[in-house]
Amino acid sequence: MAEVLVLVEHVDGAPKKVTYELLTLARSLGEPSAVFIGNGFDNAKDKLAEYGARKIYVAADAELDGFLVAPKAEVLAQIVSSSSPAAVLIPSTPEGKEIAGRLAVKTESGVITDAVGVDDGFVAKQSIFGGAINVSSKVSKGTPIITVRPNSTAPEAAPAQPTEEQVSATISDAAKGAKILDRVTEKKGGRPELTEAAIVVSGGRGLGEGKNFELIEKLADTLGAAVGASRAATDAGWYPHTNQVGQTGKTVSPQLYMAIGISGAIQHRAGMQTSKTIIAVNKDPEAPIFELVDFGIVGDLFNVVPQLTEEIEKRK
Amino acid sequence: MNIVVCVKQVPDTWAEKRLSDQDKTVDRNGVDGVMNELDEYAVEEALRIKEAQGDGEVTVLTMGPDKSVETIRKALSMGADKAVHLVDAGLHGSDALATSYALAKALGTIEHDLVILGVESTDARMSVLPAMLAERLGASQLTFARKVEVGSGTVKIERQTDTGYDVVEASTPAVVSVVEKINEPRYPSFKGIMAAKKKPLTTLSLSDAGIEADKVGMAGSGTEVAEFAPRPPKQAGQIVKDEGDGGSKLAEFLASQKFI
Ligand SMILES: Cc1cc2nc3c(=O)[nH]c(=O)nc-3n(C[C@H](O)[C@H](O)[C@H](O)COP(=O)(O)OP(=O)(O)OC[C@H]3O[C@@H](n4cnc5c(N)ncnc54)[C@H](O)[C@@H]3O)c2cc1C
Ligand SMILES: Nc1ncnc2c1ncn2[C@@H]1O[C@H](COP(=O)(O)O)[C@@H](O)[C@H]1O
Repeated sequence: MAEVLVLVEHVDGAPKKVTYELLTLARSLGEPSAVFIGNGFDNAKDKLAEYGARKIYVAADAELDGFLVAPKAEVLAQIVSSSSPAAVLIPSTPEGKEIAGRLAVKTESGVITDAVGVDDGFVAKQSIFGGAINVSSKVSKGTPIITVRPNSTAPEAAPAQPTEEQVSATISDAAKGAKILDRVTEKKGGRPELTEAAIVVSGGRGLGEGKNFELIEKLADTLGAAVGASRAATDAGWYPHTNQVGQTGKTVSPQLYMAIGISGAIQHRAGMQTSKTIIAVNKDPEAPIFELVDFGIVGDLFNVVPQLTEEIEKRK
Repeated sequence: MNIVVCVKQVPDTWAEKRLSDQDKTVDRNGVDGVMNELDEYAVEEALRIKEAQGDGEVTVLTMGPDKSVETIRKALSMGADKAVHLVDAGLHGSDALATSYALAKALGTIEHDLVILGVESTDARMSVLPAMLAERLGASQLTFARKVEVGSGTVKIERQTDTGYDVVEASTPAVVSVVEKINEPRYPSFKGIMAAKKKPLTTLSLSDAGIEADKVGMAGSGTEVAEFAPRPPKQAGQIVKDEGDGGSKLAEFLASQKFI
């Protein structure tokens, strides 16, 4: 069976859930090989085996951590040229997409981003124009390079005994042009990560002031959900920009998305439209968000949300 | 410092966007075109850098059909100095691979230290072109910038990340892409609109830019749309007015869907 490369997304070696999703997807298309770049491989090894990697390429050069995107694309390009895989799957995150783009240029291949599924023959499924149109597309040149959105496949374990291959990457000076001087974390901890969460509860301008995000956090915590925010809320400084959902924030595709006091501007929808179930609370019955909902409440969030939180607590 | 800003004309944000039945490309004929919103921030940032430095030129570069001149005019009336329009029937249907090749070739005809782009176009929504251009030009990649600081021969940005931001520095030439947090784009003034009409606009064909015809357009692209269909209509949702029991109703719905 043909080899399918999966780029491992990890934090200090701990793989993110999307990695398991892509290994699962790769298994339905061919033989999955994981590509691990950076530090902390010992933390990843067993997990990658558990989710079915048949082979793992490891590029653990310490130097790789000080640079963005470009060196990772170089490592992948070297593996692609030496092992000619049938396809490369990469998580559809901002960095993942950039790596995919550079890899496409290096290997003269077509690149498809934001796939929500990949079928036999590497036919990628996309949902475009804010979810209005479903598209099937294919790479017609070079090696198919496809970025896949988190939450597109349910991860399934399938233990394997992977072989390991160390990759000694030679990183060009050009790729080392942009140097990371500092990494600053602004995120509030404790809750699941937005792009990976099964449930997302988001608040918008309707909350009136930053302190009212407490309502959203409480509701989110009873559901084990991540907290999102509209741009109006992040611009006002009510919530960190790292929680912004939308065109210029994060794209989320959870099982359940709850929009509280959010009007549903097109730029916001762009980031949540493919959520499986959508709920809104808004006092304006004309708010565009209601065009998307499975269930909506026209009402004051300051009445509805505390009642909802209390009801959920009761039912637990 | 000379700066090129890449701007794209896209279907109006609120217009119903469609794919053409004939060749499965974005239908640009039936709808009004506007400058890609995020590219307004790119133009603004270029103008601010020029104003702060007090020298250099800002050139607008667009690849797109004749109609894209509207978007060029807008960038010129905001204050850009001149424009280059890459337009040729042979470009129709170009995907990211082909577009990045063509733009890189066009950039080769313009003297520059910095290329600034929006982080994503609202029609393609790929967010890959800036990285692909950096790759093709061999320039440093400074993308997803929410802040840009220009030194002498160096550029430092704050790159927006999942958890905060990275401070990234590179020497020029560099390719920068900007997010919407970076600035507030200006509106063209009446004077700006009048002045724009007299600013130099160069039109490039494939051969003018030295672009090989078989590397662009449908044939030069690396991807193809196999089929497309409108999303099957979603069952109309249930919308209820809160009569004091809205929260309980919502909880019932969540329970019926097994979320709680
Ligand atoms: C280039 C660009 C990029 C953008 N990117 C993004 C993005 O990534 N993400 C994003 O979200 N936006 C983005 N936007 C902004 C977007 O256009 C909207 O301005 C924004 O989404 C609005 O946020 P909102 O819904 O919270 O606020 P509003 O539109 O003001 O809506 C607030 C809603 O709350 C309701 N409300 C008020 N009080 C109550 C109450 N007590 N109870 C119940 N409901 C109440 C109101 O009826 C209203 O519908 C972008 C815009 C541009 C130009
Ligand atoms: N045809 C084009 N002409 C000029 N610039 C473009 C073109 N297509 C994309 N760009 C630039 O690339 C950015 C990212 O586009 P994309 O990768 O398509 O989401 C846009 O914000 C523009 O700045």
